[in-house]
Amino acid sequence: MRFVEEFRDPVAAKTVLAAIEKKVDEIGATAEKPVHIMEICGGHTHAIFRYGLDKLTPPGIEFIHGPGCPVCVLPMSRIDECVQVAEDPNVIFTTFGDAMRVPGSKKSLLQAKADGADIRMVYSPLDALEIARRNPEREVVFFGLGFETTTPSTALSIQQAARESLSNFSVFCNHITVPPPIRILLDDPHMILDGFVGPGHVSMVIGTHPYDFIAEDYGKPIVVAGFEPLDLLQSVLMVLTQIAEGRAEVENQYGRIVPEHGNPVSLAAIADVYETRPSFEWRGLGEIDASGLRIREAYRAFDTEEKFGIGYGAGDRSVQEPEGCACGSVMTGRIKPYQCPQYGKGCTPEMPLGALMVSSEGACAAYFQYSAVEAAE
Amino acid sequence: MCLGIPGQIVEITDDERLMAMAEVSGVRREVNVACVATGPLDELLGKWALIHVGFAMSVIDEDEAAKTLEALQGLGEAQETLEAMADGQSALEGTQ
Ligand code: SF4
Repeated sequence: MRFVEEFRDPVAAKTVLAAIEKKVDEIGATAEKPVHIMEICGGHTHAIFRYGLDKLTPPGIEFIHGPGCPVCVLPMSRIDECVQVAEDPNVIFTTFGDAMRVPGSKKSLLQAKADGADIRMVYSPLDALEIARRNPEREVVFFGLGFETTTPSTALSIQQAARESLSNFSVFCNHITVPPPIRILLDDPHMILDGFVGPGHVSMVIGTHPYDFIAEDYGKPIVVAGFEPLDLLQSVLMVLTQIAEGRAEVENQYGRIVPEHGNPVSLAAIADVYETRPSFEWRGLGEIDASGLRIREAYRAFDTEEKFGIGYGAGDRSVQEPEGCACGSVMTGRIKPYQCPQYGKGCTPEMPLGALMVSSEGACAAYFQYSAVEAAE
Repeated sequence: MCLGIPGQIVEITDDERLMAMAEVSGVRREVNVACVATGPLDELLGKWALIHVGFAMSVIDEDEAAKTLEALQGLGEAQETLEAMADGQSALEGTQ
């Protein structure tokens, strides 16, 4: 138990691990016939690898890494659209640093910046607003991406821009929602999923009810979890307990942060600014119905897609994924990252070919980073 | 990117825009407090909040803040966030 000593409370961790072991035995899960637990959130994937939870837990548990890393599911076409806008000399293109290295079909934002585009990494959409205030003669575009955790920040920023009539500010909206891809994965006959660890910070915004369908329609347990290692272990134990008792419910392990009904201010801002798109493209998963958001008519002036005539509605926008890249199969848990022919060869964190190698929340990058650490030790 | 970081609200900077100064690991950063403003903004002074991309998303207690920060440090996320904040500052000045 090399990693347990790094836990804030190793004694508590050992107790939970022992209880997990007992439950796995009770269920009768083994390495040959494991229970498949999907952690949806990329932050959880990162924590699982960082703390070696996949090794600490018994071989009867197999973690399937879900699609919850917003950077990893960005399709190439959207990066191409970003580059197109960013290369307009009148544009200051602002983005979270995480998105800079995601490969487009021609270049990443990092390469576009090196080629002279005014692309600036910001911490917050509030920084983009401030850049717009200071540069009234330039168009300032913010690359809005992320799940429900991040969506309120751009919604509130657009509302603020509207109040100030900051007409040189717009958001390229790539916000997506967690539940639709989960439904797709549950409908996939090739997927074996016995239970879920749900993303705590998404639920901080939307509450726990959007996951009711997982328990009610598909009969699978889901436990909304914090991201500390002990939170994750406790949540795994709660999932196993439900399986052992034949229950399928939405449980909340992260009650100290997650209110059952979410955050009302955030939800109101999202509802005011955004509406659901008919469908949105996910890297590796394709177009998924009602899985993305777009800016409502009332805030059209702040919509980059409208302002620059790009994105959905701008005609044929299908783009091929890079040759030999197995991101889709990894994302749906069909293969492990190291089974991709490009893993560690044509695709490394320094030179990513697929998006799962870009962010520390991506399954491939997490595998790569921590297996290198292990090898070194 | 999705995890957020705990910060302590130390000053209300703009009542109308719901902005406050937060101290995050010794670094001061202006944040939006709309999502946690349930009453007069002054009530937030001294409180801890989970801050995500510049927005206070949830009020937490001091002990939870300390635990969360430790977990983030373990993941290398705390450092990354502080770097992102510094990036944001240089982006304003156009010096990246
Ligand atoms: S190793 Fe690279 S190309 Fe292969 S699945 Fe992972 S990110 Fe995609």
